[in-house]
Amino acid sequence: MNFLATIGRAVMTVLAHIGRLSSFTAQALAAIVAPPIYWRLIGQQIMRIGYYSLPVVGLTAFFTGGALALQIYLGGNRYGAEAIVPQIVVLGITRELGPVIAGLMVAGRVAAAIAAEIGTMKVTEQIDALTTLATNPIKYLVVPRLVAAVICMPVLVGIADSIGVFGGYVVATQSLDFTGSIYLKNTVDFATSQDILSGLYKAAAFGFIIALMGCYNGFNSRGGAQGVGNATTAAVVSSSILILAANYLLTSLLFSK
Amino acid sequence: MTPKIQLIGVKKRFGSKQVLDGVDLTIEPGSSLVIIGGSGTAKSVTIKSILGIIRPDEGTILVDGEDITRVNGAGRDRVMRKFGMLFQGAALFDSLPVWENVAFGLIQGRGMARKAARDVAIQKLAKVGLTADVGELYPAELSGGMQKRVALARAIAADPEIIFFDEPTTGLDPIMADVINDLIVATVKDMGATTMSITHDMASARKISHRIAMLHGGRIIWQGPTAEIDNSGNPYVDQFIHGKAEGPIKMAVKA
Repeated sequence: MNFLATIGRAVMTVLAHIGRLSSFTAQALAAIVAPPIYWRLIGQQIMRIGYYSLPVVGLTAFFTGGALALQIYLGGNRYGAEAIVPQIVVLGITRELGPVIAGLMVAGRVAAAIAAEIGTMKVTEQIDALTTLATNPIKYLVVPRLVAAVICMPVLVGIADSIGVFGGYVVATQSLDFTGSIYLKNTVDFATSQDILSGLYKAAAFGFIIALMGCYNGFNSRGGAQGVGNATTAAVVSSSILILAANYLLTSLLFSK
Repeated sequence: MTPKIQLIGVKKRFGSKQVLDGVDLTIEPGSSLVIIGGSGTAKSVTIKSILGIIRPDEGTILVDGEDITRVNGAGRDRVMRKFGMLFQGAALFDSLPVWENVAFGLIQGRGMARKAARDVAIQKLAKVGLTADVGELYPAELSGGMQKRVALARAIAADPEIIFFDEPTTGLDPIMADVINDLIVATVKDMGATTMSITHDMASARKISHRIAMLHGGRIIWQGPTAEIDNSGNPYVDQFIHGKAEGPIKMAVKA
């Protein structure tokens, strides 16, 4: 019977996590609409989450677009369909790779930073101190990060889309003998606003996931330096997995026949 | 007269460990109570229960006669404004300069304008013997003793009616510890506040308290005026205040 107990404990742990996360999310959402709104903190977080993520997101998008163009060319070549490169690059980047690559990069950068900062505040009693100073920690720490991430991610992905397409353009014109003007014309003619918007919706959802997992894991860290380390790891791993799962879900919803 | 703080049968359990097993305590307005007790006897849990950071499983906590274990939302904010707290590790916000740490409760908790709050912060820093230029530094740039002073200034910034001190002298040299003790006595006398402190530094306990209560095994096993601590007739208290390894209190050496 012992192995049943082991399974039971594992199930209980998972359920407890889901319960805690749900209640945390509910508290955070309730706090977003309740006054006061800390505009100043939201502004600071937009700088930290959005602006400082630009180089990372831009670079990864550029190389992804380039590699995508090469692969499509090589694949299309087998059927004599290599001219399809601009169309597939813009589709792949705006619908899938732009939001997912940006989401994963920001998860690594931002979810980790949020979890480490809030986790350290937790273990050094700074979060308790907030409470004693008549300030709701959820409102003060979680809400600005959530709002900033949901605002920043679509902007970041919009930029990543442009740079990704540009990466494909550079590779196609420099090493694959495409003509620049025709490449651009094919890109613009083919892409629809639905392609681009679907990626931006995804981006907003990913922003929510990133900030939520960073904050949740930070708030639940315990112990000292090791606890904060564990919280940081958990924040990056859980937000990355949730981004990929949510991406599949959103793709099937947005592009269902 | 209504007691300022009253705990009646407060119980708290963490997993299988009963850390508070029916704590009864009364603190009169304007008086200072120190709770003594060995490490891990849930002294901090007692204070955090009053602050609402930890919710007790059973029992009643009255502040000015109002049961605060049942208030939420706006009522909780109103009760919190009566409190100030000095944390053991100072718990200063390391992302904010010193003056903003001190002014934090005024700006965020009470919506005071930043400029006015800054003036109050500098005034409070002066009270704990720090000059205005310290206000521009960040907490990481300060020594332990200075951090404690800033934390004290932050605890008193909003003129709370009740101040909690969690191990105010831990980690300080004896002279700095005495400076902090003097500051606590002076500011509390100045403000007419009620205080509750936890410590295992007996020199500090004697200096800052009117009454002392000893917490052991999740209950208050002795309490009385500070002057009577040496004649308590309680073997647990005697062992603790004289710091002897031999006696009725058995420390769990093995974890």
